[in-house]
Parts: sequence; structure tokens; C-alpha cells
Amino acid sequence: MWSSPFLTTPVSVSQIMLRVLYALIPGVALYVWYFGPAILVSITLAVVTAVATEAAMLKLRNRPLKPFLSDNSALITACLLALSIPPLAPWWLIVIGTAFGIAVAKHLYGGLGSNTFNPAMVGYAVLIISFPAHMTQWLAPGMLSLLQLPFSAQLSYIFSGHLPSGSTLDALTMATPLDTLKTQLHLGLSVDEIRSMPIYGYLAGKGSEMVALGFALGGIYLIAARIIPWVLPAAYLGTLFIIAAVFHQIDPEHYVGPLFHLFSGAAMLGAFFIFTDPVGSPTTFRGRVIYACSAALLTWLIRTFGGFPDGVAFAALLMNMCVPLIDAWTQPSVFGKKEGKR
Amino acid sequence: MALSGDSFKAIEMRTLHHFHGGIHPPTHKSQSTGTGIATLPLPEKLVVPLHQHVGNCAVPEVRVGEHVLKGQRIGRPEGRQSSAVHAPTSGTVAAIDMQTVAHASGMPDLCVTLIPDGKDEWIAHAGVDYRNTSHTDLRHMLRDAGVVGLGGAVFPSDIKSYSRHHKITTLVINGAECEPYITCDDMLMRERPRDILRGAEVLRELLYADEVLIGIEDNKPEAIAAMRKALEQDGHQHMEVIAVPTLYPGGGAKQLILVLTGVEVAAGVRSTEKGVQCFNVATAWSVWRAIAHGEPLLSRIVTVTGNVEHAQNFEVLLGTPVQELVAYAGNKPDTGRYIMGGPMMGVDLPNSSVGVTKATNCIIAASPALFPPPQPALPCIRCTRCTDVCPAELQPQDLYWFAKSNNFGKAQEFSLFDCIECGACAYVCPSHIPLVHYYRYAKSEILVRDHDKRAADLARERHEFRQFRIEREKQEKAERLAQKERAAAEAKAKAVTELPTQVDPAADADDTQQLRIDAALARAKEQAAAASPRNTELLTPEQRSEVEAIEARRAKIHKIASDAGADDEPPKRN
Repeated sequence: MWSSPFLTTPVSVSQIMLRVLYALIPGVALYVWYFGPAILVSITLAVVTAVATEAAMLKLRNRPLKPFLSDNSALITACLLALSIPPLAPWWLIVIGTAFGIAVAKHLYGGLGSNTFNPAMVGYAVLIISFPAHMTQWLAPGMLSLLQLPFSAQLSYIFSGHLPSGSTLDALTMATPLDTLKTQLHLGLSVDEIRSMPIYGYLAGKGSEMVALGFALGGIYLIAARIIPWVLPAAYLGTLFIIAAVFHQIDPEHYVGPLFHLFSGAAMLGAFFIFTDPVGSPTTFRGRVIYACSAALLTWLIRTFGGFPDGVAFAALLMNMCVPLIDAWTQPSVFGKKEGKR
Repeated sequence: MALSGDSFKAIEMRTLHHFHGGIHPPTHKSQSTGTGIATLPLPEKLVVPLHQHVGNCAVPEVRVGEHVLKGQRIGRPEGRQSSAVHAPTSGTVAAIDMQTVAHASGMPDLCVTLIPDGKDEWIAHAGVDYRNTSHTDLRHMLRDAGVVGLGGAVFPSDIKSYSRHHKITTLVINGAECEPYITCDDMLMRERPRDILRGAEVLRELLYADEVLIGIEDNKPEAIAAMRKALEQDGHQHMEVIAVPTLYPGGGAKQLILVLTGVEVAAGVRSTEKGVQCFNVATAWSVWRAIAHGEPLLSRIVTVTGNVEHAQNFEVLLGTPVQELVAYAGNKPDTGRYIMGGPMMGVDLPNSSVGVTKATNCIIAASPALFPPPQPALPCIRCTRCTDVCPAELQPQDLYWFAKSNNFGKAQEFSLFDCIECGACAYVCPSHIPLVHYYRYAKSEILVRDHDKRAADLARERHEFRQFRIEREKQEKAERLAQKERAAAEAKAKAVTELPTQVDPAADADDTQQLRIDAALARAKEQAAAASPRNTELLTPEQRSEVEAIEARRAKIHKIASDAGADDEPPKRN
């Protein structure tokens, strides 16, 4: 016999995931505008790899293909990873990262809903540890690069590793704004001196600040559509802002300002798309506050004192680990059993 | 009194409170409110269950073949928590047997089958003026009239209208009717508001309540207007009709109490402990009919809706087969199943021949088009949409996880039994997980295990005591035997010392005979001495200390036996 409730909403997991993908559109569009269409190649490679890996793993695990392939979750993993690594990287880089993320971080942990760690961030961590050199070949925004490489040449580089004669990789790529800041600070320059370098724009890196803005726009849509809880991005960005502001106030020579932090690296992508992954984040309100604030602190610490230019991926992975504990700690009282209430 | 000053102020200011979560499912109510309450023609057969309420099953008072009148009691309430059952019309008792009833379990229950004679002839009945009647008598009348909660819980109203230990501040009359499709309370409030309010007045009198708050969801403006008009017309004091926001499950008693009074009644706590009692509007109406007119509960209003030509409310005699009801409303051929109650908390009826009971507020004819089969479930992605809508403020995704992994201890720790099974979580789940199903499973498993554990504990205790008793009896027997042997050996030794060291069997046969007799006498004497343990003068110090040690052991064993709550016979002594 059938049991109540007999009604359900038409909302499905695949719809939710699809909306998250829609929310990435503004950021990706601005990416293409400032850095050229190479990112679309990375995304395509990642998506193809993700779907193939997902299908293979489902087959190995004897799970039905259709409901799980159509849940769209692998597409999000693919897009987030593609957006986290340099677009002008050899094709196998994104393929290895995506395949590892889907096969190991997702399916070996039990598949959709059971992955302790964010698969995209695991893929990213594997790549930055295994292939650090390739992970620094970031495209310079169009307005900065000395040499405009046609898209066909970029494609050729991605797949064959050959650049047209006369052009070098150094002319096309550059270190990220966060990386440059770190290197130059080590060389003894002050924050103000570094910020006046041509790669920096209004808030952070030229071009990349606009992409971050695009991610923020998509994120606001996700909050409005109630796909993600507002508290996660709010607590994350708020904490990052406050920490950066306090240190910048104390020592503006050595600590860069809060807006620079918010619009650099993967902070915006993380705030709205990575830390909000429901599977790897806490389920209670207080838990979410603790999680997001800690993630912001870790991001800032890794950026400021750590060995890697950005700290979002590691902050996400470290906080993923703490989620069961945070959830257990922050169980709210149930109806009629709250303290201080009758 | 538990109610503090600030909440009292809140009540006076009519500030409405909010419960956590809730959902807005499509209401589907307008399809059954187009026409008024119609009366169903007399069915050919009524199957009246004797157990239509919470508590003990009513005891049948009629015999097969007996002719009964409308309103005649056919089931006598049994024990403190029970309610009477009556013949809904005049006719002949055709059978008293076990039949499938309208209940989620699908289990058969004792029913009286009545063949109406078509005369609908009433038994003599008369009402009383409740103001001149003692409360005890009024409650007896309610019990004998079979009045129970008609909101679906069917708890005997006579018990609920009595609060000895707690002062009742507020009587809440529940006209919220939050479930989709159901409109029986709506139509009752539109058409019979005056008797509802009079019934509420009786209940207020019985509970000595200070005020009566009637909560109606604001998607029922006609009902609200009708009730307000009746309230004004009859000049009821300390009574107010309050429109509450439409939000499922706002008609749950605890949710409505919170919205109207700000009082949260936790699971396992009675609302009377917090100074509030709650009755459904239809119950209030039945109370008035029972008290003022002496009419027992013979029928109720049932919404017939869903896959039917004319969805409508009917005044239906209890025991009317569901199939006759839906047929009258124009059941469409593709109806596959029948839901009793609403689509959120209702039950899938085992078959359509079951009779309408006091709990049947709505029958939904369900077709695959209206209620498509559940979609295949995907894994939980911890999106917490369920947590966001849970009115009990639970963590449904965690409870699901614990139930699924049979981690029942953890499920209880996370307040599984505070779940009211409203279904809001399953309604919003994007993975289409039948969450409530898992909670019901876990709850029943826990109840079964608790029961089994209690039974096993009892069996083990009994077994252990039996082992102990057998062991003790064995010991006692061995002791007695040892004592006997010792006594015999002593006697023998004595006899031997008196004998010459060397006995020549041929020497003097008479002497030997005499000696044997002496020895036997001595043995008997010894035995008598051993049987009375205080008589130890003849014993050697060693023997005495041995006897004392034995006595001490015995006393110890007896003490253990009596400590263990021995209910068997005292240990035997020779």
C-alpha cells in the first residue's frame, strides 16, 4: 500500500543543479569577454570527461545510468574545476583533474550525496600539487597581453603543446593578481606600489575582478531562487572582509585591503558555488555560520601566509572534513523544547 | 500557572505567532465548495465499526437479527477511555463480525452490519439545558452520545473536556482545515455556525476556560464571515474568530495553538498543562447536538472530491460504504484508489467497501493523473529543504539517514518521536525520497523492539529465577542428605565404641542382637536431635561448628531468595 503524503513538488535534483549551471553564465560570459574563448574549451573538455567518468563509475557500481547522469551534478563539478584552473593548459590537465574528482572524490565515497569532499576541489588540489608549473599559466586579459594569439592557435596549443613560431608562452600568460601580490611583497614592495602595477584594476586584478563580479551576480540569483542559503556566502564574504580590513588597517604596507580579497582568486566562486555545495556543508544555521567563517579565515591565512597563491580550495577541503562534527555540535532544539521558552 | 504575563499580553493584543517552516501546496478546495452540504440517500447497508475512537473498543449491545432504532446504542463504552457507538438509522442487525475498516493498517475490526428499514425512525431522545446540568452529567452525555474529536484524531471528547490539575486559560476551536482538498469544516462553518459556537460555549463551561479563540485559515473568507456574524448575533462573550495565515500544517493542534497563543506544546506534553485545550469545529457542533438535542453522533460531513464529476460535501451516516458515497458524487472510471483524509496525511484505503467512520473527513477519489505514482528516489543531497519546512523543527535529512541505516538509537536522540508526520518534508524533497515512510518505519521498529525487549527481559528474569530456585532446592536436598548420613555415621560410631573390639559372630547371638537394637535406638535419637538443630548438647564442638556453618549458609540462601522477590513456596524443612 501507498502512504502519505501523496503530493510532491515538481522540483527535482536535476533542476536545482541546472539552475546552478545557469547561475554560472554571467561569470563565464565575462571570462570569455576579458580572456578569450579558451575557457569554453576547458569547460567542454571537463564536461565530456565528467560525464564519461560518471557513466563508467555508475556502470562499475551497478547503478542505473539514466537517473544519475541526468541529475546534472557532474556538470557542476566539471564547470567549477574548469573555472579554477588556467584555460591555456594542456588538455590532459583538466581531464586528469576532472576524472580524479568524479571517480575518486565522488564515486569511491558513495556517489551523489555521499561525497565528503567537494569533487571539483579535490581535482584542483591534485592538479596544483602534481603539476604546479602548468597551474600557473594563466591567460593575461586581452587588454594586457602583448601578443594576441588567435583562437585556432590557442586550440592548437591546448591539444598539441605547440605555439606558433615567434610567440612564447610568457608573452601570453602571467601570474595571477594574488600570486603577483605575494611575490612582490616578498621582494619588499609595499601593497600600494604593487597595486599600481598595470595588471591591477579597480578592485583587484584587471579582468578577473569583473569575472568575480559575474559570479557574484549568479550567486545572488541562486539566493533569490532559494537554491543556496544566504548565510553561507554572507558569512564567508563578511568574515573575509572583516579579517582583511582589520589587518589592512593595522599594516597597510603588508596586508592588502578587503575588497581586493573579495574580488581576487576564487573567493566569489567559492562563496556562492563551492562552499554552498550542500553535500559538503553543514545543515544547521549555526553550523553554516561556523563553517563559512572558518573557511574565510582559512582562505585569508593560506593567501597571506601559505605556500599557495589562493586558499579557497584548501579551505573548502579542510572545512568539508569538519562538517560531521559541526553538525553534531550545532543541533538546534526542537518544537516546544527550546530553553528559555515555555 | 505556567502562562507568564508577557504571553498573556500577547493574547490580549491578538498578535499572531508563527510556527517554523510550513508549505503552500495547491489547495484544490474550491472544487468542493460550489454547492452546499447535501444529504446522501439511505444506503442499502451500513457497516458500523465499534472501534471508531481512541481507546477501548465499544462492546456490542445488540444481537444479530435484532431491530434497532435510529440513535439506539449498539456499542457500550468499555473502561475509562472509550466511546459509545449508535445505530445511524433504524433497521435490522444483519451481522456482528470482523470486517476490514477504514484504517491505515488494513486490519479487520469488529463491525455491526445494519440493513436499514427505510423508516429512519428515531429512538426517544431529549436534550438538556447545559447551564442547569452538572458537569459530570454533561460529560456522561458526551460519552454516551459517542462524541469524539472529528478533526481526525477521534479522541473521546468527554475526557478532553475535563482538566482537574491545570487551569485552562484558552479554549482553541480549530477551523483551520489546512489540508488540501478537504472542505468539510469550511462548509460546516458556513452553514451551521451558530451551533458550533454554542457547542464551544458548552466546552468552555466544562473547562472553565477564560476565552475561546476560533482559528480559521484566511483562505476561507465565507466561513470567517459566517462565524463572525453568528458570534455577533448570539452575543457570545470572551470569544473571538481569528483569521490565521494559510500555511500547511497550520491546522495541526499544536501549530494552531502556537499561532493563536504563542504557547509551544512539546511532543508528549498535553496542551492542558500549558493552559490550552483544542477542539475541532465539527466536534463543537456535535457537542451541541448531543447536549441540547440529545442526538448522538450518527453522521458526519464528508468531502467527496478528486476524480469525481461533482465534488461536494455530504452529510453521511456512519458506516456508509465508501463506494456508495463516491458513486453518488459521480466517480470517474479511471479512479484507482481512495484516500481517506487529505493528500498530505491521509491513508490509502484498503478497499472501497469500508464504511465511513467518525475519522472520515474526506474521501479523495485518486486517479493516476491526479496523483501520479511516486518518482524514483535519488540519494539525499543534504539540501535542507526539509529542515526549512519542518514544523517540529527537526532535522529530517538526519532522521532519514538514521532510519535508513537502522540507527534507531540515534534517530530517537534526534527526536524522531516529535515528528508529527505532516509530510511537508517529503513534499519539498527534490530527491523525491518518501521521508515520512522512513520515519514511520523507524518508529514502528523502535516500538516493536521496545516491546520485544521488555518481553525478553521478563522471560530472562523468570528463567534466571527458576534456575536459582532449582539450584537452591538441590542444595537443600543435598544438605539434608548429608546431615542424615552424618547422624547415621555418628550413631554407628557410638555403637561401635560400645561393642567389644573383636566380635565373634558365633559367641553370643543374643548379645549382638541386643547391641544392634541399642544402636538403632541411638541412631533414631541422633536423628531426632539433628532434626531440631538447637538441640546440640550431644554434639562435639567440631560437629556443632559444622552445623552452625550449615545454618548460616541456609540463612544466606533464604535471604537471597527473598531478595530476589521469591513468590514461590518457602523452602521446605523436615
